Amino acid sequence: MTVRVQLQDFDVGAELNQLRLASKNIGALVSFVGQVREFNANDALNTLTLEHYPEMTQKALTAIQNEATTRWDIIDSLIIHRVGTLQPLDQIVLVAVTSAHRSEAFNACAFMMDYLKNQAPFWKKEATSQGAHWVEAKLTDAEAQLRWETETEINNKTDTKQNT
Amino acid sequence: MNIKVLYFARIKEAVNYSAEDLTLLEGVRTITALKNHLSTRGEIWANLFNGKQVVRAAINHALVDDLAIIKEGDEVAFFPPVTGG
Repeated sequence: MTVRVQLQDFDVGAELNQLRLASKNIGALVSFVGQVREFNANDALNTLTLEHYPEMTQKALTAIQNEATTRWDIIDSLIIHRVGTLQPLDQIVLVAVTSAHRSEAFNACAFMMDYLKNQAPFWKKEATSQGAHWVEAKLTDAEAQLRWETETEINNKTDTKQNT
Repeated sequence: MNIKVLYFARIKEAVNYSAEDLTLLEGVRTITALKNHLSTRGEIWANLFNGKQVVRAAINHALVDDLAIIKEGDEVAFFPPVTGG
């Protein structure tokens, strides 16, 4: 499992190939790339600056990977998150997961992104022609994390039913 | 009790510094108590820490709730809800 927080860009193709070719047990590779959008609300974005809390970021991202590994049968995972000042079309984040079968990798990748959005200490500041402002956290991101807690509860209930 | 306090993002800009060493008075033992203490520093601080804004906290790099206990030597951080990804 690898976590990298960096100023520089990353090569998705090279990163995914390295993950994919690491084991002959891998049958599935799922990845997510987030990039800077030009339009948020009304103003065209000039730059997006990402601040973070370095000592905590590494721990939070590693904890998210560990949690995904306990929930799903995955082979490896990679998180790369950029910090510093970015422009529209720049890549921000890569989350990639390998597993034997697709469903584990799909779920683990979505889970890791949803948790990253709510748990990892990054903050975005947008600069537009109207000035600079900090991005507000979205309720939809909090709800996205909640769905994994709900699914776990449902699974636990199903397990209980099967046991009785 | 001596601790280190860090501020990030919008909160760091509002209070105009990023880190400080603090000696806490007896009785200031939780995140809530520390927020209450900070909110007595003036209007900017009161606006941030009087409970009307969502201010998340971490102790030693782990997210905590406001009832979390602060211990000698801890690193406490205050920041707005996160917006990465």
